[in-house]
Amino acid sequence: MAVLIYTQNYDGKFKKSVFELVTYGKSVADMLGTDVVAVTTGNIDDNTAKELGKYGASKIVKITNSELNDFSAQAYASAIEQVAKNTDAEVIVFGNNPHGRAIAPRLSVKLTAGFVAGAVALPSSTSPFTVRKRVYSGKAFADVLIKTDKKIISLNQNSYKTEENPVDAGVEEFTAEIPANAYAVKPVEVIKSGGKLSVTDAEILVSGGRGLKGPENWGMIEEMAEILGAGTSCSRPVSDLGWRPHSEHVGQTGKVVAPNLYIAVGISGAIQHLAGVNGSKVMVCINTDPDAPFFEAADYGIIGDAFEVVPKLNEAFKKFKAEN
Amino acid sequence: MKALICIGHVPDTTSKIKFTDNDTKFDTTDIKYIIGPYEELALTRLLDLRDAGNEMHITTVTVGLQDTEPTIRKALAMGADDAVRVNAEPLDDYYVAKQIAEVFKNGDYDFIVTGKESIDHNGSRLDGMIAEFLDLPSISGASKFDIDNGKIKAEQEIEGGTLVLDVSGKFVISAGKGFCPEPEPRIPNMRGIMTARKKPLQVTEPAEAEALTETVKYHLPEPKPACKMIDPENPEELVKLLHEEAKVI
Ligand SMILES: Cc1cc2nc3c(=O)[nH]c(=O)nc-3n(C[C@H](O)[C@H](O)[C@H](O)COP(=O)(O)OP(=O)(O)OC[C@H]3O[C@@H](n4cnc5c(N)ncnc54)[C@H](O)[C@@H]3O)c2cc1C
Repeated sequence: MAVLIYTQNYDGKFKKSVFELVTYGKSVADMLGTDVVAVTTGNIDDNTAKELGKYGASKIVKITNSELNDFSAQAYASAIEQVAKNTDAEVIVFGNNPHGRAIAPRLSVKLTAGFVAGAVALPSSTSPFTVRKRVYSGKAFADVLIKTDKKIISLNQNSYKTEENPVDAGVEEFTAEIPANAYAVKPVEVIKSGGKLSVTDAEILVSGGRGLKGPENWGMIEEMAEILGAGTSCSRPVSDLGWRPHSEHVGQTGKVVAPNLYIAVGISGAIQHLAGVNGSKVMVCINTDPDAPFFEAADYGIIGDAFEVVPKLNEAFKKFKAEN
Repeated sequence: MKALICIGHVPDTTSKIKFTDNDTKFDTTDIKYIIGPYEELALTRLLDLRDAGNEMHITTVTVGLQDTEPTIRKALAMGADDAVRVNAEPLDDYYVAKQIAEVFKNGDYDFIVTGKESIDHNGSRLDGMIAEFLDLPSISGASKFDIDNGKIKAEQEIEGGTLVLDVSGKFVISAGKGFCPEPEPRIPNMRGIMTARKKPLQVTEPAEAEALTETVKYHLPEPKPACKMIDPENPEELVKLLHEEAKVI
């Protein structure tokens, strides 16, 4: 038996979200009295792979097939299925991110394993196996019972804190059999989005809305992000108007984010916007309108004109950063 | 080309969410239902492609009881050609995916479109599950969908970038942001609504399948403490609170 974790690496490196997954998997394994096996693909050196041992993975399986350098949900699901069978995995954990979304549902059908997408906490019990997830765009949570012997969970980013739990990890190589039809849809090009912090990875997001009047006014937003080491995001009309790239759009129809700190400037706080950001740990709202609905959701608020408040706040952040 | 598009019947995005029966069931009182926003985007894109001269037959599929029919009629009024309703309670994603896979098998469709995420139980699993049942490729969270001289072009978002895909044969695709580049809402006019009433809506009985998961209880989030207001003249106060109280910087 084992808890198997899909640990995606980016050009041979792991992101913090992967350590969250391993920490989570370790806690699940402790509940079940079993071990954590991590599975990864591609070119990753053993020392980097062993970093997962720090968070409790006792074995790391490296799938070596070069086909997997091109992403195909079919190929990945099939390779991970083989590892799941070899390790007799009872619970398989993915991140609720693009790879997880593409692979986990296929694996659920392959293994007839009940799947909970977007879990936010550890199972409340393992027998029966019940996990809490976000539903109705964060307006509620549901405790979902998985009825099958094998279980798949995808964990929302930033919902479980990393914790070191060092074990001596062994690395094993594995060559999977890739089904012949796995590349009927084939990637022909990868367009990298550049070095910018993606909105889902950022631990702090500075977000601007239509209240900022035009794209020329984003300088102060970017400055705040720069000072705080934050990412930038925006409301839907802002990306629809072309003021900011679509990749920054958060909300019901954009990206769902859960940073530690979300600073909303000139955003009214429409329900569809909040649906994408209400998983944030702490929210700040800066708005001229005391009745803006965002103030009801925010933890801290400043009623004021962004064009006066933000430059002053940036000075205060700068001073803080210089001293801390 | 024949497209099969999944149309979800979900509470309006502004709905106040409540539960009944000791928090085990969604309270449908006063809830207005809509087409899932991602599915509406996807349908809009298919209609745009058809209007641009691409030959396409669009069939919608919904797993739901009779109360979902107004939502299905709305999709027909927007411009879909016909509809299939699988007469069953959508128990869980696995069950729904199985039903849709069966509908696909019983027609001569070329591809299946779903939304990236359903806004009710926030699953994003249908595309992959349907595709696995049918042993077809799946494109999850497509950020582009186009037809160029009869050839499908698609892109898919992955972490850190976008994949440009070469698509051939049958496939399942889910619509993410960008799928419909300029979404002009298609508000059905009177004529659309009238003709939608006459479009075929076939009701089929569900295939044998079981649900693998079950929601046992719902919870509303803890009420948030009131927002702390900070004097705009004193932004240092906010910095201090974020550092000392919230501990996020
Ligand atoms: C199905 C559906 C899905 C949707 N999905 C999304 C989504 O994913 N994401 C999203 O964001 N929206 C979404 N929307 C749109 C949403 O309903 C709102 O229209 C949108 O979020 C409003 O954006 P905003 O707050 O930037 O603009 P506005 O609502 O115009 O608000 C601007 C705010 O700025 C304030 N302001 C003005 N001047 C200043 C100033 N000088 N300083 C400080 N504050 C100022 C105003 O008081 C106001 O509160 C969706 C809508 C629908 C129907």
